[in-house]
Amino acid sequence: MEEIYAKFVSQKISKTRWRPVPAGSLQTADTFATGSWDNEENRVSLWSIGDFGNLDSDGGFEGDHQLLCDIKHHGDVMDLQFFDQERIVAASSTGSVTLFLHHPNNQTLSVGQQWTAAHYHTSPGSLSCRSAPCTGVVCSNPEIVTVGEDGRINLFRADHKEAVRTIDNADSSTLHAVTFLRTPEILTVNSIGQLKIWDFRQQGNEPSQILSLTGDRVPLHCVDRHPNQQHVVATGGQDGMLSIWDVRQGTMPVSLLKAHEAEMWEVHFHPSNPDHLFTCSEDGSLWHWDASTDAPEKSSLFHEGRSSIFLFHSISNQANVHQSVISSWLSTDPAKDRIEITSLLPNRTLSVNSLDVLGPCLVCGTDAEAIYVTRQLFS
Amino acid sequence: MEELDGEPTVTLIPGVNSSKKQMCFDWGPGEMLVCETSFNKKEKSETVPGCPVIYIIRKDVDVYSQILRKLFNESHGIFVGLQRIEEELTGKSRKAQLVRVSKNYRSVIRACMEEMHQVAIAAKDPACSRQFSSQVSILSAMELIWNLCEILFIEVAPAGPLLLHLLDWVRLHVCEVDNLLADVLGSENPRKHESFWKLVTILVLQGRLDEARQMLSKEADSSPTSAGMCRILGDLMRTMPVLSIMLGDEAALLEQKELLNNWYHFLVTRLLYSHPTVKPIDLHFYAQSSLDLFLGGESSPEPLDNILMAAFEFDIHQVIKECSIALSNWWFVAHLTDLLDHCKLLQSHNLYFGSNMREFLLLEYASGLFAHHSLWQLGVDYFDYCPELGRVSLELHIERIPLSTEQKALKVLRICEQRQMTEQVRSICKILAMKAVRNNRLGSALSWSIRAKDAAFATLVSDRFLRDYCERGCFSDLDLIDNLGPAMMLSDRLTFLGKYREFHRLYGEKRFVDAASLLLSLMTSQIAPRSFWMTLLTDALPLLEQKQVIFSAEQTYELMRCLEDLTSGRPVHGEPDAQRLQDDDIETTKVEMLRLALARNLARAIIKEGSLEGS
Repeated sequence: MEEIYAKFVSQKISKTRWRPVPAGSLQTADTFATGSWDNEENRVSLWSIGDFGNLDSDGGFEGDHQLLCDIKHHGDVMDLQFFDQERIVAASSTGSVTLFLHHPNNQTLSVGQQWTAAHYHTSPGSLSCRSAPCTGVVCSNPEIVTVGEDGRINLFRADHKEAVRTIDNADSSTLHAVTFLRTPEILTVNSIGQLKIWDFRQQGNEPSQILSLTGDRVPLHCVDRHPNQQHVVATGGQDGMLSIWDVRQGTMPVSLLKAHEAEMWEVHFHPSNPDHLFTCSEDGSLWHWDASTDAPEKSSLFHEGRSSIFLFHSISNQANVHQSVISSWLSTDPAKDRIEITSLLPNRTLSVNSLDVLGPCLVCGTDAEAIYVTRQLFS
Repeated sequence: MEELDGEPTVTLIPGVNSSKKQMCFDWGPGEMLVCETSFNKKEKSETVPGCPVIYIIRKDVDVYSQILRKLFNESHGIFVGLQRIEEELTGKSRKAQLVRVSKNYRSVIRACMEEMHQVAIAAKDPACSRQFSSQVSILSAMELIWNLCEILFIEVAPAGPLLLHLLDWVRLHVCEVDNLLADVLGSENPRKHESFWKLVTILVLQGRLDEARQMLSKEADSSPTSAGMCRILGDLMRTMPVLSIMLGDEAALLEQKELLNNWYHFLVTRLLYSHPTVKPIDLHFYAQSSLDLFLGGESSPEPLDNILMAAFEFDIHQVIKECSIALSNWWFVAHLTDLLDHCKLLQSHNLYFGSNMREFLLLEYASGLFAHHSLWQLGVDYFDYCPELGRVSLELHIERIPLSTEQKALKVLRICEQRQMTEQVRSICKILAMKAVRNNRLGSALSWSIRAKDAAFATLVSDRFLRDYCERGCFSDLDLIDNLGPAMMLSDRLTFLGKYREFHRLYGEKRFVDAASLLLSLMTSQIAPRSFWMTLLTDALPLLEQKQVIFSAEQTYELMRCLEDLTSGRPVHGEPDAQRLQDDDIETTKVEMLRLALARNLARAIIKEGSLEGS
């Protein structure tokens, strides 16, 4: 069983993100950032998971994660992304987007740049100015794209004070999340169950493609793109359903997998092992979906110490659900392979709001004010 | 009305001269609002308030402590775990499980205590440091009481093991010994250390005879003269269980008052050496006499002493009552009472308002959590496990949580839906939908009405869309209307909206016949609102004017009937003004054009239908 360490941190965690390791380096993840929510004073914090120099008697690493530094944040931290090694972008419920700078020499965080009225319902210049929460942010140096409850998409650049491009009223409902498809293209999900692809090279304010769920228009909360296959996208919905889409073909998802019992807050493909997918949900669980094809172990029902749940049979009893399986997440050969699903958290807790994976490390944060870290995901 | 147990404490409100001015107040769920009024006690009322501020008074400040938050969160997990395993517990394993839960609670308290101790040491401001230190001592007292309750009520050790548990209890809470031990042993010449004999005495008082013998043997090794005496003492201690020793003499023990530190240590030591097989029911005799002897009439018992005494007397209700008064936060009594209730120790001690003590305390604790901006999520689970009043309390509290973002609203809605609180779901969704409409986010508004299955609101949103269309001549938010899916069935107006948009699409694709029949069905099936019929008929105009005949004779008759229905039903208004005249003018022109177009189409249709094919 993986060693998973929990620490109570006196703030409800809304987002956790690993700091990216420099490309080509052999380092594993050692620092992560968290954002809190629902506090009178919220904070963005940086944590470290211990030196590699300290090995305990079993040869493993020391357990706890330690706080390095933190900084006050106005409003709930709705989304968090590392812009690069030293800069973090945070999206706020007050509608502003802030770029924080980390100074490693004296371990402090400071505000680098702030776009205060990135998202609003009525313009800040007017009499009844109403701000709107910014719900999602994604970075691809030097660009930052944000989306919000006002249905607006903003494109910022790190050193520009004003937005480089704004698409007003891109959506009549709330945009929940955004991700890059290819660099000039982004994909957004909204609260009426639609995926929209936007191309920044085009001038208009219309999406270049719209895909939507069959059946009920369940709101979609999270989206992630396959690291290697740029047309494969996974989304999580309000009913806990995981959908896999192929944006090249058709307007409907390729497969729907019944997953959690409540809203799925985040879905992540593992960046270096994309056959592994991770989801976390309001129902307090975090699942590891393993679609890799190491054939011999697959045939046994039990793995030592793991609580594995094979969804194969339960899915086949659901109407309107297509079987999806294996290494490419798209091929449909139900007879041959199956997805192994493992629940990673030891007990059920309050909602798991966020997770992130990098290499063999996973971090997640919950509404029970706890952060869980494991450094042996695949052991 | 019951008598007060003690004098109420007075809290001064800064900035308000209470001797001159009167104050007003209002109760909230966990706090009180106070402000100055303009009424003056003695003189005439002044119009200008001296203090223009409203104060919030909170009794429970613990909820806002960063470190105590960890206590609340961790204990919440233990609490929920206990309620869940409750159903499965039977027989012998039950007691073991309950003891384990109790130890879990205690370890959480200890962890908090440790952390607060660290912070107290590290604090630079002496006032802060003092505050933290006092918190540490409160937590320490809580753990002391809990530990004793665990031994007496949960573990329910019989005579014999009872004393061993009590010994452990005392040892755990007098930590100076370990420091002293480390001090003395760590010094260069332990036996010459000034506290050497004090240490040996303390070890004996705590029943740690092996360690005492080891200390003595060191002394014996080094000093031949005292070797003989030490050997005898050592032998004595080794064979202690067999002999009854002078150390049981109360007077001798009392002399060691300073080393004993408190009366319950005195009690346990006394029991150890004189009545080691004490039975639980006899404990309170010894406890009372120990307390009296120890205090010696000099000082009166403190609240902690009363609580411990009540525990020794197995008066659980008294323990809980005293703790409730002494502590500022309901955390301790709520969790302890719940655990004791699981041990089936509390009779249904009904209070005035019908619920039992466990439920009352849990309700109070949970209400306190709801007053906190963030810990309300923990409160939900506590209400869940209060069978009588939990649900209604939750219903009232959950509607009052401020919803600043959609994500928070979704969490609250999920809580309500999981408990089938449909009223709350509908009310929250309605509030969010109204906000969305006000912000012109019609898609969000629709999504909220779908969630609440609120047909009335869906109708309102559709009306907004239709109104926008009439004003602007085109649809806003086509992405929404084109993709309504099954949600379209939620309300008639919404269905109409979807179908009307489909009509436009068909028209755009030049599928005129389909468009025409759809348009007609919209009117005849009564799902189109009356107010919209004019627009629909006007939409029919271009179809009527097409070169080919699109509407059949039947259909044309239908259209004419609709038009007549519409025009005959129009009431005559009051004094016409210029705008109204102008509007009426436009209306009349439209109607005339329609009549003409319909007549012409009818003529063509009749001819077409009357002719032979191919001619």
